Amino acid sequence: MAAPNSLSGTGNPTGAGAGSGSREFSKALLDPDAAPPSGLVGPDGKAAPKRFNVYRNNVIVSLSEALGQSFPTILSLVGEDYFNALARTFVTHHPPETPVLMWYGDGFAAFLESFPPLAAYPYLADVARVEWAWLQAYHAADAAPLDPADLGAVAPEKIASVRFARHPAAAIVTSNWPVLDLVRANRFATDTVVNIDLDEPQSVLVTRPDMDVSVFLLRPGGEVFLSALFEGTTLEEAAASALEKTSEFSLADCLSDCLSSGAFAAIEGY
Amino acid sequence: MKHKAMSAAIVAGAVATAVAGLSSTVPAHAQAKEKCYGVSLKGQNDCKAGAGTTCAGTSTVDYQGNAWTLVPKGTCVTMDVPGDRHGSLTELNRDLPKA
Repeated sequence: MAAPNSLSGTGNPTGAGAGSGSREFSKALLDPDAAPPSGLVGPDGKAAPKRFNVYRNNVIVSLSEALGQSFPTILSLVGEDYFNALARTFVTHHPPETPVLMWYGDGFAAFLESFPPLAAYPYLADVARVEWAWLQAYHAADAAPLDPADLGAVAPEKIASVRFARHPAAAIVTSNWPVLDLVRANRFATDTVVNIDLDEPQSVLVTRPDMDVSVFLLRPGGEVFLSALFEGTTLEEAAASALEKTSEFSLADCLSDCLSSGAFAAIEGY
Repeated sequence: MKHKAMSAAIVAGAVATAVAGLSSTVPAHAQAKEKCYGVSLKGQNDCKAGAGTTCAGTSTVDYQGNAWTLVPKGTCVTMDVPGDRHGSLTELNRDLPKA
């Protein structure tokens, strides 16, 4: 039943535009209780509800599996059965918006945060944010990180006003939860026992200076410092913001971490 | 702006400390890599292993001949794996998953 005005002006003499048909088709794909789209027939010319159900199931299952591969820590934390049900709910409410599978799951963290049954596990969303940053870093453009010597070559009186260009793979995840420990224990070092203190906030920097994605723990104030630099503020302003947040901030240590982990691609100006 | 004072001299000093501590380290990207076939444990290969596997982590046999992993350049062919086998820069016909 097409909306009365949706087809007006298309000039389609049959009145059944392809747009309307594909909308009906994709809507029915995501709703297991929906009837197969009208006019869908098999080679024998008869309606083919079973064929459509197979296709509908493949869509949901393949997207759920893709989510499981992109968010293995979440899969490990909630268990396979729960994850499958969770993914199915996400897929039906948030179908892909691009045909590129590696970009599917952008809204998964926000979904976990707003999904009432998971309210007792508030750390899951931030864990998903780390895994999303990991995936984006993996597929980011290759770039050589800034050589520390380039910064060393800047005249001391100009240093304070240096601005950096973010490395294409670099991203920060700020969290009140021990996201690094959770990801390590459930994804990267599953055979070792890690004691996780849920009261320990951990903010991380995700980078890929070469072939491998790395996740680094940021020191106190590091997330403020690096976020400011990624937004294009000067080194002096970024350091001042971090110092205002916490007196524990150490510019030399944080900058050293950022340079050695490949957070920057270049010096942008000073 | 009610930022705590951070003088240019302090910034310059901290930068000098950070850079000095790093100048001796070799950047990770300076070490080139090469694709090495037949050396990865099952499930530990990097991407695109060919027939029998489709992508990273999908090899099903230890030291599978058509699955590769990235290793530092120049080390692949000298790499020993158990049973007098070696790594190769091209696909190998040994240790393929049973069809």
